[in-house]
Amino acid sequence: MQIATNNNAKYMWIDGLKVKLEGEKNILDVIRKTGINLPTFCYHSSLSTYGACRMCVVEDERGSVMAACSTLPRDGMSIRTNTKKLLKHRRMIMELLLANHCRDCTTCAENKDCELRALASRLGITSVRFDDCRPVRPVDASSPSIIRDPGKCILCGDCVRVCAEVQGMGVLDFAHRGADIVVTPAFHKPISETNCVSCGQCSAVCPTAALTIKDETQLVWDALMDPDKRVVCQMAPAVRVALGEEFGLEAGSLVTGRTFAALNRMGFDFVYDTSLSADLTVVEEANEFTKRLEDGGPFPMFTSCCPAWVKFVEEKHPDLLDNISTCKSPMQMLGAVSRKYWEKPKFKDKETIMVAVMPCTAKKAEAARAEFIHNGKRDVDIVITTQELACMIKEAGIDLPNLPPESPDMPFGLASGSGLLFGVTGGVTEAVIRKCVGEKTSEALQSISYCGVRGLEGIKEAVVELGDKELRIAVVHGLANADALIKQMKAGQIYYDFVEVMACPGGCIVGAGQPVMKNMEIREKRAESIYDADGIAQLKYSDENPQVSAIYEDIRPKDIHHLLHVEYPQKERDA
Amino acid sequence: MKMSSLAAFQKRQMECAKTLKLEHKKILVCGGTGCVAGGSLDIFAAFQERIKAGGYTFVDVELEKEEEPHVAVKKSGCHGFCEMGPLVRIEPYGILYVKVKPEDVDEIFETTIIKGKPVKRLLYQFEGKSHTTEKDIPFYKKQRREVLEHCGLIDAESIAEYIGIGGYSAFTKALFQMSSDEVINEVVLSKLRGRGGGGFPTGKKWQQVAGQAEKERYVVCNGDEGDPGAFMDRSVMEGDPHRMLEGMLIAAVAVRAQNGFIYVRAEYPLAVTRLKNAIKQAEEWGLLGDNILGSDFSFKIHINQGAGAFVCGEGSALTASIEGDRGMPRVKPPRTVEQGLFSKPTILNNVETFANLPKIIQNGADWFRSMGTPGSPGTKAFALTGNVNNTGLIEVPMGTNLKEIIYDIGGGIKDGKKFKAVQIGGPSGGCLCLDHEHLDLPLDFDSLKAAGAMIGSGGLVVMDEDTCMVEVARFFMSFTQRESCGKCVPCREGTLRMLKILEKITQGKGTLEDLDMLQELAETITDTALCGLGKTASLPVVSTLKYFRDEYLAHVVDKKCPTKVCKALTALVIDPEKCKGCTKCARNCPVGAISGTVKEPHVIDQAKCIKCGACRDACSFNAIGEE
Amino acid sequence: MPKKDAYPEVDQILQSYGSDQSSVISILQDVQKYYRYLPADVLTYVAEKLGLSEAKIYSVATFYDNFSLEPKGKYLIKVCDGTACHVRKSGPILATLRKELGLSDQKHTTDDMEFTVDIVSCLGACGLAPVLTVNDKVYPAMTPEKTTALLNELKGDK
Repeated sequence: MQIATNNNAKYMWIDGLKVKLEGEKNILDVIRKTGINLPTFCYHSSLSTYGACRMCVVEDERGSVMAACSTLPRDGMSIRTNTKKLLKHRRMIMELLLANHCRDCTTCAENKDCELRALASRLGITSVRFDDCRPVRPVDASSPSIIRDPGKCILCGDCVRVCAEVQGMGVLDFAHRGADIVVTPAFHKPISETNCVSCGQCSAVCPTAALTIKDETQLVWDALMDPDKRVVCQMAPAVRVALGEEFGLEAGSLVTGRTFAALNRMGFDFVYDTSLSADLTVVEEANEFTKRLEDGGPFPMFTSCCPAWVKFVEEKHPDLLDNISTCKSPMQMLGAVSRKYWEKPKFKDKETIMVAVMPCTAKKAEAARAEFIHNGKRDVDIVITTQELACMIKEAGIDLPNLPPESPDMPFGLASGSGLLFGVTGGVTEAVIRKCVGEKTSEALQSISYCGVRGLEGIKEAVVELGDKELRIAVVHGLANADALIKQMKAGQIYYDFVEVMACPGGCIVGAGQPVMKNMEIREKRAESIYDADGIAQLKYSDENPQVSAIYEDIRPKDIHHLLHVEYPQKERDA
Repeated sequence: MKMSSLAAFQKRQMECAKTLKLEHKKILVCGGTGCVAGGSLDIFAAFQERIKAGGYTFVDVELEKEEEPHVAVKKSGCHGFCEMGPLVRIEPYGILYVKVKPEDVDEIFETTIIKGKPVKRLLYQFEGKSHTTEKDIPFYKKQRREVLEHCGLIDAESIAEYIGIGGYSAFTKALFQMSSDEVINEVVLSKLRGRGGGGFPTGKKWQQVAGQAEKERYVVCNGDEGDPGAFMDRSVMEGDPHRMLEGMLIAAVAVRAQNGFIYVRAEYPLAVTRLKNAIKQAEEWGLLGDNILGSDFSFKIHINQGAGAFVCGEGSALTASIEGDRGMPRVKPPRTVEQGLFSKPTILNNVETFANLPKIIQNGADWFRSMGTPGSPGTKAFALTGNVNNTGLIEVPMGTNLKEIIYDIGGGIKDGKKFKAVQIGGPSGGCLCLDHEHLDLPLDFDSLKAAGAMIGSGGLVVMDEDTCMVEVARFFMSFTQRESCGKCVPCREGTLRMLKILEKITQGKGTLEDLDMLQELAETITDTALCGLGKTASLPVVSTLKYFRDEYLAHVVDKKCPTKVCKALTALVIDPEKCKGCTKCARNCPVGAISGTVKEPHVIDQAKCIKCGACRDACSFNAIGEE
Repeated sequence: MPKKDAYPEVDQILQSYGSDQSSVISILQDVQKYYRYLPADVLTYVAEKLGLSEAKIYSVATFYDNFSLEPKGKYLIKVCDGTACHVRKSGPILATLRKELGLSDQKHTTDDMEFTVDIVSCLGACGLAPVLTVNDKVYPAMTPEKTTALLNELKGDK
């Protein structure tokens, strides 16, 4: 028998198993391909390799020990992932980490999601032979979005790298060295005194509870239990494609109806869909863009839905504030519009509390901005994340996967597919193009979706013909990508008419408030789910949404601007 | 000033050599850090005054203007014999004066410069014999000074003098008579191994850089000599800076690098001054800069000062520091030769390695291989320190054994004490002891590795019988722990735990399990730490556990420190034979632990005693001692 | 937020290095030479001028031993505790300094801002062990008695 061999193919041996090399950048990726889940704390395929936790050690034939995350695969290489030596080292490293770590697991915010706890259990660590000699380090709860507990930090540096590499901010960094090393903002300042944009990606990558999302569920419970309060809730598009993961459903499961049902069971008086105000945003933003085309700028027009992005511009490029669309984000639009609705004299019997369920931590900070507080009252009172909602549903004992679906309430419960697209990177752009192009055929819809706005690349470009004009469009996610784009723009190397920016890598579906992602495929499944939701939506165009028209009819023309638009003060602008 | 062709260089070289010959008498005052601290600059000034007052012509730097034979007074680099500083050497007689004071200047001038006779009282005395010249002194006899040949002989601040004695001709040979490949090949053939610690073949490193596709390349000199107890590199940078620049230039020619960086630790201000001065001179004379000597080769050298972090001696930490970041080692690959400084191919060698190059190019690889051992050819400079009579800077052929160094060159152990151990290779090296065959151990890369130590950068710290090896291990661990960058878990947390255990043991609270735990921690740290410094951090503990286990057991089991170094394990007791009952000790005791009636022997209550030693200091009769 | 041109000396330092990010360590060394320590607002100012994040410059400044974010005394005494000095008994010298000046391993600078006592790993003057430096001047072969005498001399120098 003849077996054809490909002479160019390269192989290595993992625990005696022959594995083909397919361009993996390190042997960790090769090992994981063989079904062995080598432990790591500091390795994220989307970030630079740090190589500090040393959990992924493997042994070669000569008995040398190396970290898999930072070893290049070589043809003919042979390594073992579990030897007597390696098990001993991994346990010792784990024990060393635990020796310096808080062990109050039962009451910890990270609890079931804690990678340190999970790994300790996996490695069979039942006791720690070293004394606890940790210095007491105070918890920083100054940020509206993020809680930092340095006592639970294992110094893997994931947050430092995500903040600098993905978001271009560098709010957190290492300070001091050796046993005194800590991760901290400059000068040990509280986060609230830094230029943190509250994107929360640091907490999303943190393996422990050193960085967590501010938990505001108690405020919601208090409101729900108060008979004098009318509690109104809105839910963002991205929540429905991720919440199910917290309840054991497959990633990307669409649980829209079941979530509204759960909200109703928990006692919310009215449940609304933020996708509706996304439709409103599309109409307003398209109008604004058309007007800018007539007035000649300023270009590019940047989207304004992402509060972390808006804060980023304020902090880093205040000169571009005028380029940001004046449209409020969908959450703030719905907050303002529904607040106006419930302020009608006939509803004065109860105080209305506005709750928003968001995939996002920056929304907590956005809702607290002075621009959205009128007469001492916030348009949105409480923002909770998808994760917080999951906790509340669990606490209430509601079996989400098996609930019969329910619909949101009118008049703020009907959305088009365009509105739903807001949950994913490129979605805002796609919705706005749909509105601007105006040609409402299936062919046009398809050609828009293939024009380059879909996909998870960091920077996407598209050219769209509008009448006799060619519009140059960019879709960016990750603030570091945005920063790079702006620098090129300022240098005159590139030009765009319209730029969508979302801070989180993938858009709102990977917001820091979403369930913890165990791998990157989950991101794709969530994105597909959003596109599926758009696919089955009977309404495709924001301006065809009858509820949008109803809202315009209900609002006095002179109120439209202040209800739907905002101007951010240019505090940082040079005099 | 600027030379723009090979011919111009050769002409200048002849002029410089001629001028040097006019100096029929030379006074070389040691300008190394050690002698400067001892006041050598005042001696230098005094000689200048004396020459002026006597109406003699003298020159400082501007040699070429002199036409008449004259007396020269110079600040030279370190002579190496730091123990005996400040040192003054008089040429052409080769007389070496030790422990010179400014008030000796007149006598030296009258007797030696004018009459040509030695001042006997200033000569080095050893075992009743006085030694007139350096060559006679046992400290120098067994040395072979190649890298350090100019240290102490020439003016460290003069490019003219360096060129006058043949300097920079190896560079011009490499530039004009050899191809890049030939230069690299010569270094490969020489089998020169990096003097910074690892002993990696220098030529191989260069080949790897030369093989990179990227053409923007760097030559980096590691002058971050952080190992406590090592100062060889400092002496070269201070004493013969041009030789190091020449070495870097040769490396740059070999791989066609455009820029060089010297990373000097901040603790060496004099080295920085001398290097800056040397770079400025080389630029002015056209040996650094664009189109050097009219060729198409351009090279610039920049100086970066460290800011106090031992870990910056590690290659990737050093380049991170030059780039303006925290000096934290990064994972490899990519290696420094592929993506080093500013992510470009980089030759990174240490000072001594660069200083070896001019003579290799000049005399050839065969000459170099004729010294040392086949596996480790050449010489090695060591800083001989600790409890040895002759501390200082020495250079010996690779493979010289410890006994020769400690007893012949070092003059044996100070105060007639017994030798106990020698620590080699810095904080991550090992402690070797007498009880084994180690005194006959040849010092070269491979022999040391086999013995569980490493050559490191070349610090040799000799320890006598009064040294507690457990305390020494604790000392080294506290150093590595303090200097850990904190990045990887095993080094950051592991060294901290090892230190805590060693502290426990020196305080008499250790257990036998602690010794096992030390071993276990050491294994994990060695196998899994990210960088070389982490991997070797536990070597002092492992080697002392191996060679001095008895001392550990004495601390742990008997709760005794055999050398009485560990305070917590010693008791202060009053000798009743000597005690006169004067009550002075009781009055000085801060915790009231001493009792006794007047004129009767007193007693210390060990339960109350805090071992501060105030009683012992107070006692006029030497009645209080440690047990 | 610091005003523009609030630190002309710092501007001069920045200019001499061409406001190059990779020169940040040299820049901080010069800043420290001028102020004798690194004031927080100056660090922020330098970070902004170099286009570095504030956390990054703080991160670099706290990594290296030679940088101090606290003001140092008029006399900066560095006691070498390298191996050679350690085996030639540098410990009692440090103890003497701390005792005489009322300092400890926590408190490094006297209240009157006259003296700071730091430990350094090795000054590279091992042949003269044990050594200390006062404002970079090396004092060789120290003993506790010589240390006390030196302190008295410095105190009289006020």
